Order: sequence, then structure tokens, then C-alpha cells
Amino acid sequence: MCLAVPGKVLEIEDREGTRMAVVDFGGVVKEVCLEYLPDLQVGEYTIVHVGFALQRLDEESARQTLALFEGLGLLEEEFGDQWAIAAKAAGAEQPTDDAPGGDAHGGPQRDEEARA
Amino acid sequence: MKYLEEFQDPRLARRLLDEIHAVTTRPWALMEVCGGQTHSIIRHGIDQLLPEQVELIHGPGCPVCVTPLETIDKALEIASRPGVIFCSFGDMLRVPGSDRDLFQVRSHGGDVRVVYSPLDALRIAQQNPEREVVFFGIGFETTAPPNAMTVYQAEKLGVKNFSMLVSHVRVPPAIEALMTSPDCRVQAFLAAGHVCSVMGTEEYPELAERFRVPIVVTGFEPLDILEGVRRAVIQLERGDHRVENAYERAVRPEGNPAARRMLADVFEVTDRPWRGIGTIPASGWRLSERYRPYDAEHRFEVGDIATQEPAACRSGEVLQGLLKPHECEAFGTTCTPRTPLGATMVSSEGACAAYYLYRRLGGPVAAAAPTAMEASPVG
Amino acid sequence: MADILTTDADRESPDFSKFSCPTPLRNAERVVMGHGGGGMLSAELVRDVFAPAFGGAHLAQLGDSAVLDLGGARIAFSTDTFVVRPLFFPGGSIGDLAVNGTVNDLAMSGATPAYLACGFVLEEGVGLDTVTRVAEALGAAARRAGVEVVTGDTKVVESGHGDGVYLNTSGLGLVAPGVDIRPQRARPGDVVIVSGDLGVHGVAVMSVREGLEFGVEIVSDCAPLGGLVQALLAAVPDVHVLRDPTRGGLAAALNEIAVAADVGVSVDERAVPVPPEVANACAVLGLDPWYVANEGKLVAFVPREQAEAALAALRAHSLGARAAIIGECTDQHPGMVVARTGLGGTRVVDLPLGEQLPRIC
Repeated sequence: MCLAVPGKVLEIEDREGTRMAVVDFGGVVKEVCLEYLPDLQVGEYTIVHVGFALQRLDEESARQTLALFEGLGLLEEEFGDQWAIAAKAAGAEQPTDDAPGGDAHGGPQRDEEARA
Repeated sequence: MKYLEEFQDPRLARRLLDEIHAVTTRPWALMEVCGGQTHSIIRHGIDQLLPEQVELIHGPGCPVCVTPLETIDKALEIASRPGVIFCSFGDMLRVPGSDRDLFQVRSHGGDVRVVYSPLDALRIAQQNPEREVVFFGIGFETTAPPNAMTVYQAEKLGVKNFSMLVSHVRVPPAIEALMTSPDCRVQAFLAAGHVCSVMGTEEYPELAERFRVPIVVTGFEPLDILEGVRRAVIQLERGDHRVENAYERAVRPEGNPAARRMLADVFEVTDRPWRGIGTIPASGWRLSERYRPYDAEHRFEVGDIATQEPAACRSGEVLQGLLKPHECEAFGTTCTPRTPLGATMVSSEGACAAYYLYRRLGGPVAAAAPTAMEASPVG
Repeated sequence: MADILTTDADRESPDFSKFSCPTPLRNAERVVMGHGGGGMLSAELVRDVFAPAFGGAHLAQLGDSAVLDLGGARIAFSTDTFVVRPLFFPGGSIGDLAVNGTVNDLAMSGATPAYLACGFVLEEGVGLDTVTRVAEALGAAARRAGVEVVTGDTKVVESGHGDGVYLNTSGLGLVAPGVDIRPQRARPGDVVIVSGDLGVHGVAVMSVREGLEFGVEIVSDCAPLGGLVQALLAAVPDVHVLRDPTRGGLAAALNEIAVAADVGVSVDERAVPVPPEVANACAVLGLDPWYVANEGKLVAFVPREQAEAALAALRAHSLGARAAIIGECTDQHPGMVVARTGLGGTRVVDLPLGEQLPRIC
């Protein structure tokens, strides 16, 4: 359900008593109804579903979440945590269960990516 | 797109996957409630990258799938009436009713139009005052506010030739119904992020407590889903059953108050049949008394259409995680995306449709495709 | 109400184990829009209705164009019909499409396009200025493509029975000796190349389609590919397959080739060039860029040892500057297209059923 995407408010105007906005989705610009976010301002991001802004996107929260992901597993890598390494190996093998021949999934390559 | 691409980053996905592998010690069955999450899981191959012990059960959160057959039949009847312009989201055109779909109504001369937003349907009504314009108002709590606003606007602007066939469904009663089913295997829920953008998270602590299940509000991009899984597994491993918000950038505890007020004004809670499941008490919304004049069901007097859903497929068991789609006798033979027997095969997000695409590979695809990629200069 | 709707029962009443469903829709008795969408329904129409009715050995090739021996010469022959709405869109018009569509179908056999025939179906009441604009666009496109319009026809249908202007073009081209390009020649080990950014034409047209309108700074990539193909053939004479991924997009083109040659096709998702505006427009509408139509792009299957030469030849041409190797042909999963996702998972890239529609979920 509920395909909704984040966009940036470019302009706000009143049309027939309805608060409407022009919202930019990375180079794709569409009209969006702002009635449910009456205090949303130009420059802010919002989550849009079927032409309606449904929630303000909290940019600070988005940055914090990404920073949290960045920090995940760093300690283990630094100290060569055996648990993490074992888990990594398990991860490389897991999807190939149905297929004999083990390494075909390219596990080592992915590990390099993960460290890159 | 900003705040979309960052949450698809393969490097961070690998970190989250490593973490999930690290914390998982036992088998767990998680249900992602929303069809949009299922779509993302399949689209990015996330289920193949999780630990074997973590099983994702695809939930009933696809409004296209669960819209009752009876409602589809009403839509087909209304769309077939002369003079009607029937507007719908694109998803609904392919969903079969008892004997046809909206595409076929169109091929018989019906004026069926795809719109991006319900407001587009209202505009069409304003532009065609001599025609009756009907919008097919389906969806979960995310889609209900736009539809509610459209009915509200129709009244405010005095657009008399507009009406809506309303069949909205609500997530929490479905979770409750699932959990009270005696065979339910679901141990944790990834709650539907955009539903919570509107409704907030207040409905969930009671459910988490009563059924002792972790409920993690989860977004839709790969990193969001992996984070939802990670938090759910951590809770399960510790024996917790809390409500967590893993989609904080788009979900506040109170949801969207303006939207909730509008919902309370335009709609009223009702029992609602879910396609193939039966009625779930208090699981739907219909237009409130005040907006009844905009109810297409009344305006076109199709209320007496009552369709018996023939027992043919076993998607109920699939939805509970009791049966894998390919274990159904009809799977891939009499039931395919082209000729769906069941709701879960109808939508590209349905559990069976998703499985159909994979199982046609006969198993070893996980090994086969990456082998091919060794030739790729980009790999 | 049906007996499964047990509204009076207690809260345990919904029965998930008896989730039951309606009978399937097996046969549409009438044509639906999807029959023209370039997907499964189109393929079924050709397989079940046209091919049995026509017979004939050459039809079995089912390529973009037929290659025929005629008086010692190898002639490529193709036809295409155009029903685009609106008639004019950013970067082109139905007139440009009518030329480039047919010219490109010819080029996908390795032919050098030479002559076009053109049929107009006009709706009563359409402005003559509109017809003039379409004709002028068509003429200009033909000159750019290096082909001559040598014959034509006009019919008028009653008001309300057409969308202003429908066009049909048929074309002839000459295939050089030794050139053998058709879908059946794809073989395991072949490298799959696309000539540039995907989805541009489809998104440009959608951006001005009634009900979907959105602003986007891209225009249709509609272009004649004869020159690009000849440049490719000069560098790599043994090109196995060429296809222009029009209706149904990259996904349909690769599926058709996989089925025709009974090979598997593997694609690396990260290698497929999709401009951000196309990706974002698709994200907003719930579409997949791989299913969106192109009009000035080609997909080439070439022997692995010549892949770099082919890539270089394409990139040296103005229409192939953003060419990229996107995958390869394999003996695994014959008849199917499989993508490796950005995260390292896999998914099946299925043939679309019919037309692409915006979705909400």
C-alpha cells in the first residue's frame, strides 16, 4: 500500500481556498495539496501520497538515522570481532542454499564492497 | 531523489545485514504488514540476503488485494452505466471482479479513467457537469485522508455530480485478527510506515502488550526495511515486545492531527469484508452520515450487490505464514498473475505474485545470476 | 451477504485459513488497451490470432522487421502504426515517431533504411494546421533519417472515431551481405549493451499526458538509429541481436530475446543507465523505468570478445555517447531475464502484462 515519496516544497499558493504547493521530486515537479500540513514552509521536505502532503519529513532525523547506520558494526571491524566475521561468512553463503557449488553468489566480492 | 537514494545505499545495507546476521541466533517469523514493503523486499532481493533463520511473511497490506470482490463488482456495475465517468487509481483496473475487470468495462464502451490523485477526479467532475463522475476510493489509512479531503472539497465547492465508492480498510484491526487466529506464526510486525505517518503509533502499544509481539514502525527503502528487521530481531532475541519507531523521519507518535480530524469527520468506522478473509470487525471506513449524499453505493443503488467469493485458493494460509505460495496446488498452474485465482496473485505486491516470479526460476537463480555478473565491468 | 461475512460473531470471526478467491479471468472476449502495450497480451494476440491466420515462414522470425531475399538482394521490410497522445510532446511528435519507429525497426535487422510508405487516418474535424504540422515533422524526420517517403494514403473517419491523427508507415531497407542480426542468434556468453539512458521518451510523453501532468526537464530521445547501427557494424560485423526497446521498454525487449533464443539474460541493475529525472518520475508514479518506452535507443547482443569494441563504436557516435554494458547472456534460466539488484540480491524481470499504469501501492 501507500507509495509515498519525499519532495521539497518550491512554492505555496492558495487556490479556490485550498492550500496547494509545487513540490520538487528530484527534477520532477508536481502540484501537491498542503491542506494536511498547514504550517509547512517553502524549502521543507514532505512525504507525498497521491498528490497530498501527509507528513513533514524531518531532515535532522534522517541524518541521524544514516549516521546510526554508519556507526553500525564499526567496533567489530576495528577489533576484528570474530562474531561479525562469522556472520559475514554466513551471509555470503545463505542465499545459495538451493544451489550446490557454494561460492557462486560472489560472497568475497561483496565483502570487499562492504569494507570499501 | 533526496531522502530516497540515501536509504538505498548498498554499503550501509551491508552494515545492517551484518548486524542482523550477528544478532540472530534462532528462527524468527516477521510479518511486513504493507504491500509496499513487500514490493521493496522483492525488488531489491532483500529476503535472499537475510539470515536463513529470519523469515519474512508477506502481510495483507495491499489495498488492491484485499478490496472485497463485492466492492469490485459494484465498481464494475457503476462504471458500466451510461453517462458515468469512473475514475480510479491505476492499480485497480486489473483486479478481477466476478466475471470481468475495469479494463473490460472500458472495452465495452465504459468511460474508465486512471487518475494520479482523487482531486483529479473532482476536477473531471467540475469539467463535465452533465456527467456523473465516480471515484473508486480504496486504500488504507494513508490513502483515506486524500479521499476524505476530496469528498470534503466536493461538498464545499458544491460539486453535485461527484461521488465516491468507498472501501477503506484499517491496519490495526487486521493485526488483531491475525494474532487471534489460532495458527498464526507471526512473532513480530514491521508496521506500515506511511499508515503511521497519518495515524501515528498510539494504536500499537496495546496490541504489542496484548499479543506480546514487537511492533516496529518501518519505512520502505531497503535500509528502512533492514533497520526494521534488525530492531524486531533484537527485541525477539531479548524477549521484548515493545513498539519502536524505525521510520522517525516520516512518523510522529501523534501522526498527522489535521488528517485524523478530517478522517473522523468524513468517515465512520464500519465492519469491512477483506477479500477472501471475511469480515474483520471495525476494520473499515465508510462515509459518515453527513457525507452520505456523496456515497456512490447509494447514488447508484448498488447496495444489494452481494457476491459470494468462491473457495478456490488458500491465500488465507499464505497470509498467516502457514503455507508457502508454491505449496498451493493451484500455484503456477491454474493460478498465475495472468489468471489470478486469489487476491495474493492479483497484485504485483501480493505474496503469491512475488513468489511466482521467483519460483519460475526453479531454485538456482541466486547462484546463476551473479555468475553472469562476473563479466560485468561494473560489478 | 455471503456466509463468510460473519459480522455478528465475536472478534475471532475472520478466518484467514479460508481466505478464498474469485474465479480467474481467462479470456478477454474483446480487445483491451493492454493488447497494444507490447507485453504479454500483445504477444498472445500475435501468437493466437495473427500468426495462425497468416501462416508463412518469414513471419515466424517475429523480429522488428522481416529480412527477405528479393531478386538477389536482401531486403528488410517493416511496418508500424502510431497512436500517440498527445500528438506533440516535448522533443517530438507523432510525425517523428512514425519515421523513426519504422526506420529503427529496419535498422534492428542491420539494414540501411531507404524508402517509406505512409498512411494517414484523419479524424473529421481535426485542424488542417495540425495535419500540416504533423506532415512537416514527418518530412523533416525522414530527411534526417536519410529515407525518402515514396508513397502514401489518406483516410478520414467520422468525428469521435479517432484521436485526430493516426499514422502508419512501412519501410524498406537493404541488408548488407553477411549481416545476420535476429533475436534467435543470442547465445550464452554474449554481452548485452544498451546505447544510452533509458526511459526518456516514455517519461517525456507521460509528463504531458492528461491526468498525469508533471514538470520535468527532459525531452523525448526519439531519433533514427540507422547511422548508429552502421557505425556499430563497421566495428563489430558479427553483432548477434539488435532490438529497440520501445513499448514495454528494456524489460520487454530482453524477455523477447531470451524467449526467442531460449537463453537466459542476466542484468546488473547498477549498470543500467537511467537518468535521475526518469527514475524519480517513475518513483512518483510507481512505475519501473525498465518498462518505460524508448524511441532512440537500442539493445545489442555481441560476442564477449568484441564487447569493448562495440561499446567504443557506440560511444563514438553522438546517439550512443552513454552506451553501457549492462549484463550478459547465460545458459542458466533459459527464457528468463534476471537482474542482480544493487544490494546483491536477485529478482526476475518479467514480461509486462499490458500497459503501464501509475499505482498507489
